[in-house]
Amino acid sequence: MSTTTAGILVVALLVAALVATYRPFGDYMYRVYSSERHLPVERAIYRLTGANPNVGQRWTVYARGVLAFSAVSVLFLYLMQRVQDHLPWDLGFSGVSPALAWNTAVSFTTNTNWQAYSGESTMSHFTQMTGLAVQNFASAAVGISVAIAVVRGFARRRAPVASGPGSLDNVVGTGDEIGNFWVDLTRTIVRILLPICVLGAIVLIAGGAIQNLHGTRALSTLAGGEQAITGGPVASQEVIKELGTNGGGFYNVNSAHPFENPTTWTNLFETYLLLMISFSLPRTFGRMVGDRRQGLAIVAAMAVIALGSLAVNMAFQGAHHGTVPEAVGAATEGTDSRFGVPNSALFATATTLTSTGAVNSFHDSYTSLGGATLLFNMMLGEVAPGGVGSGLYGMLVLAVVTVFVAGLMIGRTPEYVGKKIGAREMKFASMYFLTTPIIVLLGAGVAMAMPGQRAGMLNSGAHGLSEVLYAFTSAGNNNGSAFAGITVNTTWYNTVLGLAMMFGRFLPLIFVLGLAGSLARQAPVPVTAGTLPTHRPQFVGMLAGVTLIIVALTFFPALALGPLAEGIH
Amino acid sequence: MSTLPSWIRQHLAALRALLVLTVLVGLAYPLAILAIAQIPGLKDNADGSFVTNAEGQRVGSSLIGQSFTDADGNALLTYFQSRPSAAGDGYDPTSTSASNLGPEDVVDGIDDPATPNEDESGQSLLTQVCERSLAIGEREGVDGSRRYCTASGVGAVLAVYHAGPGFEGAITRVVSVNEACPATPFLASYQGVAVECRTPGDDIAAGERVLVRGDAPEKPVVPADAVTASASGLDPGISPAYAELQVPRIARERDMSLNQVRDLVDKHTTGRALGFLGEPSVNVLELNLDLDRATAAP
Repeated sequence: MSTTTAGILVVALLVAALVATYRPFGDYMYRVYSSERHLPVERAIYRLTGANPNVGQRWTVYARGVLAFSAVSVLFLYLMQRVQDHLPWDLGFSGVSPALAWNTAVSFTTNTNWQAYSGESTMSHFTQMTGLAVQNFASAAVGISVAIAVVRGFARRRAPVASGPGSLDNVVGTGDEIGNFWVDLTRTIVRILLPICVLGAIVLIAGGAIQNLHGTRALSTLAGGEQAITGGPVASQEVIKELGTNGGGFYNVNSAHPFENPTTWTNLFETYLLLMISFSLPRTFGRMVGDRRQGLAIVAAMAVIALGSLAVNMAFQGAHHGTVPEAVGAATEGTDSRFGVPNSALFATATTLTSTGAVNSFHDSYTSLGGATLLFNMMLGEVAPGGVGSGLYGMLVLAVVTVFVAGLMIGRTPEYVGKKIGAREMKFASMYFLTTPIIVLLGAGVAMAMPGQRAGMLNSGAHGLSEVLYAFTSAGNNNGSAFAGITVNTTWYNTVLGLAMMFGRFLPLIFVLGLAGSLARQAPVPVTAGTLPTHRPQFVGMLAGVTLIIVALTFFPALALGPLAEGIH
Repeated sequence: MSTLPSWIRQHLAALRALLVLTVLVGLAYPLAILAIAQIPGLKDNADGSFVTNAEGQRVGSSLIGQSFTDADGNALLTYFQSRPSAAGDGYDPTSTSASNLGPEDVVDGIDDPATPNEDESGQSLLTQVCERSLAIGEREGVDGSRRYCTASGVGAVLAVYHAGPGFEGAITRVVSVNEACPATPFLASYQGVAVECRTPGDDIAAGERVLVRGDAPEKPVVPADAVTASASGLDPGISPAYAELQVPRIARERDMSLNQVRDLVDKHTTGRALGFLGEPSVNVLELNLDLDRATAAP
């Protein structure tokens, strides 16, 4: 079988698996978030944390909960890294430096998992297991929780009532509540992430991934050399890394490491894990707003963009244009032999389209145009299908923009799933979409203006610019993958990229919760003959178009100076 | 508690939630997986898939590649050779890495004697590929040439300087950028202008970059994976094509028949899972261990 045929069959199998997951898993998540019952373990957690699970929260309260939890997480993770040499399983590593600890703490709390360090030589097993991996769960759960809260804003079908407490959905409140953050967070972890992780970790160990608490074990190789085999609780961390679209590898080389991703089939399994939640959440959305077709339209727009991007990337990598790939005869630099070029391109596309950032091959060595596709994927704002939760709420904001644009063209008041899109909603949506480009372009611009930061580039010329642009795109969009040649473990990059990750995560998150709060207050408008249908292929096409156009107009000049200048002769 | 400002209470509640989650998913979960991993059948994997030699000593992990070279880095001819590795000095699990060099990385750094304390030299990715290809060709007795490579195994790249403006006008000077003086450039002249070797003072970026394809065959004899560094730096596998290229040398060095060696290669070739996942690859460490067993037997 030719490499190309095999590559296409892998994609077909992956798509089939995701299609099969969409309905049952999306429905399951719908039941999780609409259930009135608390599991015993959840009740125990609420008792320990002192949260009242039976109170609805307005968007401001919900947002404050998210921010408080994230702030405490950053601080906790920062301190743990700083004193890891006094904690168990320290492997003899010293405490992490302040700038790097800050960067890593923000990175894992924001679901970015940008890594300015090399796992096997920096982080103790304790830090990895009880610090970084906990945030893999927590940051993923925060993203999903916020997405569910946003959907509740769209879904709320009753107008606020003046009668006061006790009037709505068995919760105390004024009628514009969008859920309870502590309940959403707990249920996401207990009912969704943890069960899949337990199964997934065992599957990975069966494939060869390691799970132990050893340090390095030195041995004499067959040829008489020395080799130190590393240990660690890898499988348990690997599975949540993919499932939660986190991406922070236990080891420096991430999912290329044979202990993280040992075989060709674990590679497909991991690719599936990193896509499964994001591609199933639109179903949950459709169920919650009471119209499954709306979910289908959202997932269709995601799938169109994803498959288009994948085809382009696999074509560029397969055609291997460029001096070195042509000299070699294939784009094999930075790929492991068991994965080969097509399965590497598939993983790279999936990891940049979601906000995962795990890698099984090294994007810096991709062909110029193949690398440009990956950069473009992130610039889309991580919506096709995007990070867990953040992909859905990003796409919903784009849907709001799309009905607004369409409304302008046909001269009607824009509506989406029964809610009017007015000036206030558009302000939140616009602020959401301006945040990341400002962070990315400003950050990359400032870095390029400073000789000291330019020196961090490994490659020179246009490829060097791509490295810097990729770093800020990755941080601002909370992806976490890298053109890894760039030296970013410096005080400047650690600090600034940390800020980029923080603003890139929490500003859009506040804006989208504000949008949800604004929608939640509205009484739904009835569907009339004048309503723009948002479940037809026409809308899917418009949504995908708006997504691409917003990105193309914003980032095209920067792309032209970097990868396009390098790739087009 | 109720006397505290509400924002402090909120952060304390958040801290409690974080601590509870840390115990649940930061300790209970990974340690439960660790306990499950003690089940026979999973235990060896979870431990690191170690392999032992005939004497029962651990000589590595079947998942982690190794260098089969002597102390000076020269290939041991009795062993199949692994791919190039960018992990430390090669196959170092404590410093895993890819090269991260880009597709247009074609200009070597050359050392400038004017700055004796700094070493500006460094091979470009293109030169690394050319050099490896040439060395493997010599070792296996095949043609190691590749396009854009010189016969001496560096990138065949010229800097062509024009009278101006830009890259217009008559050619004034041509430098072979990867051949530092003193050297005889791979090409005597380019469009009638003599090609010079490169001195540290040459501003390479000011010249037009011209790649010389050379007369290498369309499809190089030395396979792609043999001349490129892997993603992990620990790649345990090589392509079946690279294994096949090494079979005659192994058979000769070990007094085995070609078919004996090929049988062992087949035994350690993992095909695509389900017939189409990933690429077939040959586990080099397991293969070499088996070779030792085969030739040690009386």
